[in-house]
Amino acid sequence: MLLEQGTTLRALEPCARHSLRAPLRSCLLQDEQFADLADMSLSGDITVEGEITVPVGAPSPDEDFSTLDEPVRETIMRDLKAVGKKFVHVMYPKKSSTLLRDWDLWGPLVLCVSLALMLQGGSADSKEDGGPQFAEVFVIIWFGAVVITLNSKLLGGTISFFQSLCVLGYCVLPLTVAMLVCRLVLLAGAGTISFVVRLLVVLAMFAWSTLASTAFLADSQPPNRKALVVYPIFLFYFVISWMILTFTPQ
Amino acid sequence: FAEFDDAADLLAANPDATTISIDEPSDIPKNKHGRLQQSGREEDDELLGTDDSDKTELLAGQKKSAPFWTFEYYQTFFDVDTYQVLDRIKGSVFPVPGKNFVRLYIRSNPDLYGPFWICATLVFAIAVSGNLSNFFIHLGKPTYHYVPEFRKVSIAATTIYAYAWLVPLALWGFLMWRNSKVMNIVSYSFLEIVCVYGYSLFIYIPTAILWIIPQRVVRWVLVVFSLCLSGSVLVMTFWPAVRDDNRRIALATVATIVLLHALLAVGCLAYFFDAPELDFPAPIIPVHNGTTVITK
Repeated sequence: MLLEQGTTLRALEPCARHSLRAPLRSCLLQDEQFADLADMSLSGDITVEGEITVPVGAPSPDEDFSTLDEPVRETIMRDLKAVGKKFVHVMYPKKSSTLLRDWDLWGPLVLCVSLALMLQGGSADSKEDGGPQFAEVFVIIWFGAVVITLNSKLLGGTISFFQSLCVLGYCVLPLTVAMLVCRLVLLAGAGTISFVVRLLVVLAMFAWSTLASTAFLADSQPPNRKALVVYPIFLFYFVISWMILTFTPQ
Repeated sequence: FAEFDDAADLLAANPDATTISIDEPSDIPKNKHGRLQQSGREEDDELLGTDDSDKTELLAGQKKSAPFWTFEYYQTFFDVDTYQVLDRIKGSVFPVPGKNFVRLYIRSNPDLYGPFWICATLVFAIAVSGNLSNFFIHLGKPTYHYVPEFRKVSIAATTIYAYAWLVPLALWGFLMWRNSKVMNIVSYSFLEIVCVYGYSLFIYIPTAILWIIPQRVVRWVLVVFSLCLSGSVLVMTFWPAVRDDNRRIALATVATIVLLHALLAVGCLAYFFDAPELDFPAPIIPVHNGTTVITK
């Protein structure tokens, strides 16, 4: 409904019998009930100038932010796209703040679960002295990430807790890829050559993970304590790389 | 310069009054050398470094003023820079005879960064080195199947963190108890003791890595060497704190500290590293009467 300039506020829309609490845009003051009101206070017609645009067909007042009615597929795809975009940022680490700004923990969870699942099926699952159990991998990754985040915050870092968790979790992606490659290589054989190949792949991915996470996290640290913050990250990815490298199938 | 004239007048009036003169720091050791046979008080001042003892007093009063439930309280324990941590590590590996680690390096700024991350590194160093060493020792055997031995990581972690926190707690409690009976010149706070113990464990990290070498003699030489270095750091730290006590109690305390430290090293060596066997065939030595004897 668009009011043109100079239009008087009269009989523009038929009004149902609303109470006075109804939204004004759906009821204008030209009902018989209110005729005396109109006559009472006004000596003549009031001319209103300007433009009013009222959106039509809107079911709820906060339509811009409500995602309640969208199809489920759209919701999932939006989150998946965000996670995928962050994966790309990790694989090609540039100094962009996307990873930090819109942190989410879905990606780290998926990576952690898939890494822990792939580390199963190792030698002597139920006996002593085997590889790490699912819970151990989970605890090491999450507890390690929390400890490193606390460490960097205690040393005076300006990054927030969940942003740091997000970065550390996403930078496990190269090591998950390394685990996948290791399992495929082990399907082919378990000799010296496969060990050398696995060693090289794990080393390369370990370096990639460490460099990616330092690229994201180093700027938020005080300058004379950077090494103190980077070293625990190095240790964290070293332990994960060790678990990947020593995986031996039964 | 009217004040100087006043001071000179005062001194002339009372020549026995004590005056404070600010010397160059290089003069102080020279003066102290002539008083070696006096009590340990001057020695402690020398170790303190009197040029900044005032500063440390002020700083000690200003630190840790935040209540313990705020984050800032714990940030005061991580108030170290990279070069400070490296200096403290260097001081624990190369102990200077006669210098007290706490007074020289920590100086009322104990940190928890060093102890925590040195212990974490030591845990993984021992676990990984033990695993590697067992792998190399048993490599050629047909019945050997490699296992990652991941259980040992949790055992190592429990042992080392318990040692690095419970032993300082016990020692601190013991020193506090003795302090109430005998007036000691030097007393350490709990965090300073944790700090000393944490940094003294650093020498075990390269030792653990070198323990991969599967030779018994090499391993035991490494044990003795690292024990001497880190044990001397601990002894030089805690001797001034107990020396004023009853002679036997002081010696027993220091002996217990060294004994526990040795027990940690030997225990880790025995549990995480399998005994090395001969890794080459036994040599055949011809005996002079013609028969050959195979010796082990």
